[in-house]
Amino acid sequence: MMEAPPIVSGQPNTVSIPLLVIQELTKTFGGLTAVNAVSFAVEKGSVVGLIGPNGAGKTTVFNLITGNYRPDRGRIEFGGTPLAGLRTHRIIALGIARTFQNIRLFQRLTVLENVLAGCHYRMRGGILAAMLRLPSQRREENDGMGRALKELEFVGLRQQALALAKNLAYGDQRRLEIARALATQPRLLVLDEPAGGMNEQETEALIGLIARIRERGITILLIEHDMRLVMRACEKLVVLENGGKIAEGAPEQVRRDPKVIEAYLGADDEA
Amino acid sequence: MNHGKPFAIVLAAALLATAPLFLNAYQVDVLNSIGLYGLLALGLNLILGEAGLFNMGHAAFYAVGAYTAAMLNTRYQIPILWTLPLSGLAAGLFALAVARPVVHLRGDYLLIVTIGVGEIVRIALVNDIFGMTGGANGIFGISRPQLFGIVIRRPQEFFYLIWGCVALTIVLFLRLKQSRFGRALNYLREDEVAAEGSGINTAYYKLAAFGLGAAWAGMTGALFAAKMTIISPESFNFWESVVLFMIVILGGAGNIAGVLLAAFLVIGLPELFREFASARMLVFGLVMIVMMVFRPQGLLPAGGRRFSLATLARGHG
Repeated sequence: MMEAPPIVSGQPNTVSIPLLVIQELTKTFGGLTAVNAVSFAVEKGSVVGLIGPNGAGKTTVFNLITGNYRPDRGRIEFGGTPLAGLRTHRIIALGIARTFQNIRLFQRLTVLENVLAGCHYRMRGGILAAMLRLPSQRREENDGMGRALKELEFVGLRQQALALAKNLAYGDQRRLEIARALATQPRLLVLDEPAGGMNEQETEALIGLIARIRERGITILLIEHDMRLVMRACEKLVVLENGGKIAEGAPEQVRRDPKVIEAYLGADDEA
Repeated sequence: MNHGKPFAIVLAAALLATAPLFLNAYQVDVLNSIGLYGLLALGLNLILGEAGLFNMGHAAFYAVGAYTAAMLNTRYQIPILWTLPLSGLAAGLFALAVARPVVHLRGDYLLIVTIGVGEIVRIALVNDIFGMTGGANGIFGISRPQLFGIVIRRPQEFFYLIWGCVALTIVLFLRLKQSRFGRALNYLREDEVAAEGSGINTAYYKLAAFGLGAAWAGMTGALFAAKMTIISPESFNFWESVVLFMIVILGGAGNIAGVLLAAFLVIGLPELFREFASARMLVFGLVMIVMMVFRPQGLLPAGGRRFSLATLARGHG
């Protein structure tokens, strides 16, 4: 299954400045330890994959990063800023954007309006500016619209700008979520199973999209079950099992790790 | 796009603007009533229709506004129309204060809390809180409004005052709908987690929706006080909140035209069938049931499309 060349293999010497640092992160729900003393770093400009069997705690790590949950212990630092205790919208404003495992679009709004949500926090206009249609407000609306359309162009959904989000095909909905996240102009993009439910063709296109996002200088952290995508798109993998980290390293190295084979890849001889 | 729609709206507006010329005083008074309910429902629509926050205590904000206007007018002789912004401010601040601790509650829980708020306000008014509200008798002797030296007294005169306010509200709220603020309320309604995850301060916008919707109810309260010259707690009971909630849901939450249409039906139709007073509520109930089963999205559901292709092409070809 590895006939396609890894797209990132030619760049081993990226200067490794950590953008996101996670240290001893722990989260329990009732008696269950969902994430147990997990530490890893995401280097600036890299694509890092967070993998592991179902229930390993991957999505919980994401929710801790974006402030949907508060950690019980441990630290999360983004570009040197500790994220502990910040509300989600503040974390987004610092430059982290995310997508969701089970697509969360604004279903009854248009594709364009969905992307405009990502532009929101960089705009200023309030109630009065809108009611009085101040020139500054109109200019700002126009700029936001332009930015949103550009992101739609980037993911290839420009033609569907005025369709309702709920009427998009499944793969398009995933791409719309990515466009909405990109509209926040993030430094780190966190993707939760971006290829989930996609067919081979769509996954192939997604791998291309991830490469193009990376070219824009955006760092990517992703959860993914599709091993083909993970092996080709990521330069580092972090493997979780039962809430704890069992391996970390380059994809080639990780997939030879006996612990990983036993915990995860062993059950899936495809990889 | 539907070409019949703008025409229907122009026709309805023209018909309405000339209505006092061919209707009698009683009929015009019904229209005034519809206008006041329309204003209240448009304010509630921001909270319930646009932001999706279940508020069944809207009459409380209406009452705060009406009593603020009445007290300022009767005690300090402030002309009643001048009290309009102050009434709106009082109701808005009151809404912020009561919503602040409860606004994080989910739909049904918030609904129950707002019912409680509505009842507390009504009972406080009945019990003559601070010795200023006149208890169950309310406040009377509110002076007639004056506009450009004309004392507004007859229903025909009130008609233009009230419906002028409705027209202004429509313009302002349509602009709001097309803005960053209006969209934020919709994101909140559609998916709060995704909204927060897109960088929207959901707590702020929930409060802002409550504050603005309540401010509109407060200003409408001042208009109501001016029209009645006497107000009492009876005018702000639980049923008023229920009727307003119904108007918004029936009309199509988030659709301004739909909400106004529903105000006409819910307030106007019972007046047409006055002779069947006892059967009125039965029919009313049946209509509500049928509507919710067969058209839960309301008479005129909110459309997602607010941008024309032409505008997009022009701006960013």
